[in-house]
Parts: sequence; C-alpha cells; structure tokens
Amino acid sequence: MPPFLYLFLGALAIVSALGVVIQRNPIHSLLALISTLMIIAILFIGEDAVVVGFLQIIVYAGAIMVLFLFVIWLLNLQAESGPTGHIVLKIFGSLAASALAAELFVFLGAPHFKVKMYREPPGYGSLESLAGKLFTDYLVAFEVTSVLLLAAVVGAVALARRIPDAAGEGSSDPRAASAIRAAESSPRVQG
Amino acid sequence: MIPLTYMLSLSAIIFAIGVAGVIIRRNILVMFMSIELMLNAVNLAFIALGSRLGSMDGQVIVFFVMTVAAAEAAVGLGIIISVFRNRETVHADELTLMRW
Repeated sequence: MPPFLYLFLGALAIVSALGVVIQRNPIHSLLALISTLMIIAILFIGEDAVVVGFLQIIVYAGAIMVLFLFVIWLLNLQAESGPTGHIVLKIFGSLAASALAAELFVFLGAPHFKVKMYREPPGYGSLESLAGKLFTDYLVAFEVTSVLLLAAVVGAVALARRIPDAAGEGSSDPRAASAIRAAESSPRVQG
Repeated sequence: MIPLTYMLSLSAIIFAIGVAGVIIRRNILVMFMSIELMLNAVNLAFIALGSRLGSMDGQVIVFFVMTVAAAEAAVGLGIIISVFRNRETVHADELTLMRW
C-alpha cells in the first residue's frame, strides 16, 4: 500500500471515529462507525490479511451493524436535544483519552518497542493459511467458540423475550402479582 | 510497506477515541458502539504486528475477537432492549438502581 493512501485512509478513519463520538443522532453515529469499520477493513487488506478484511466487512459492517440499526429503529431513538452530559465529564473524558493516547505513543514508540521483522511466507493471509492455522493449533479455541455463540444466542433470546404473564395483563395480573409477593416473602438463600 | 509505528499510532488514536466515547457519551447504544471501535483498534494492531512478524497467529486472534464481538453485540443489544422495555430510557445516567 502506498504511503499517501495510508495517510488518506488513516485520516479518514480518525475523522469518522470522531464522528461516532460527536454525532448527536445515534443513526449518524452508526453510519460513522460503519465507515470506520470499512476503512479498517481496507487497511487489513493492505496489510495482506485479505480473508480477515473481507470477514470484517461481512460480519462487522454487514451483520453486527444491521443488528445495531434494527435496535435503533426498534427503540425509535431520536437525536438528543439539549445539553448531553456534564461539561466537566466532557473535559475529563477528553483529557483522559488524550493521556491514554500519549501513553500508548510513548510505549509503542520506536526506541522502546522493537520488532524483529520477518519476511511473509508465500500464501500469507490466504484462506488456506488461515484455515490451516485455525484447524490445527487453534482447534480447541475454535470449538469453544461454537459453544460461546450458542450461549450468546440462547442468552439474547432469553433476554429479549417478553414474558407472557407480565406482558399480557401487565402487573395487575393477580397470578403474577401473587407469585411476586410469594417470591418476596419467602426466605432467600444468600450467597 | 508502511512503517509499523504508523499503524500502531493509528490503532492507539482510534482506541483513545473509543475510550473518550465511553466516558463522554451517556447514550448506552453509542457507548456500545465506542466499545466496538476499541475492539477494532486492537484488531488493527494485531493485523499490523502479524504481517510484520510473518505469522498467521495475529489473523487467527482477530478472527476470534470478531466472534466474541458478535456474541457481545447480540447479548448487549438484548440487554439494552430489555432495559428500555422496563425503564423507557437508554440514558445511562437515569439507570441508578445499582448506584450507591
């Protein structure tokens, strides 16, 4: 990747990342985030991580961001009107973030942080090399990931589900109310 | 190839912007988006270091980070929906049940 392209993409990524934080309307924040993710995907591809770059576009900018979009629509969020948050909080947040960035620069700067460069082997970043690594050295982690995703799906469904008793008649439902009272009056096991 | 320091600097800046977003913004959804921003900044550092070292491990780690981010987004958005259903708000300062 030529350096000017890197500088252009990097500036664009920083501007759109700032847009995520600065925009008042959640939809605008989301669009800025999608643009940041796309630029990061292009940088991945520029770094010879082609498969991961495309996965980034498909999984992140495609699937996860659409999920965010649906939630914003579902909650019918509008732009925040009036002052948002304390001015002290904003100043503190900006200062803390700047301090963190400065600290990272010092740690990752050239004098302290040296990496011995290696030449990339042929086929680096291809699907074959990624799968070869994934299904040999990282096989256990890969299988555990499937359990994680299953747990996440079950958890998300359980969280977002409307409980029939509480939803149908509201809290005036005598059965639900008595159940709640019984639960509150029964001795609880601590710990 | 772009010098490693440049890539890591970009990663550090995006990470710091994500931290600022979590601290400054009070909308839970935007705080959540800032967390995604931080995850991606770390992914960028992984990819940059991996290609300099000529090893595929960085890319595999990024693959796992994406999976965990997907799981986190699903569960987190489920929590946000159920909080909104009960409290009619996504403003973090109004959720004070567990504040001492």
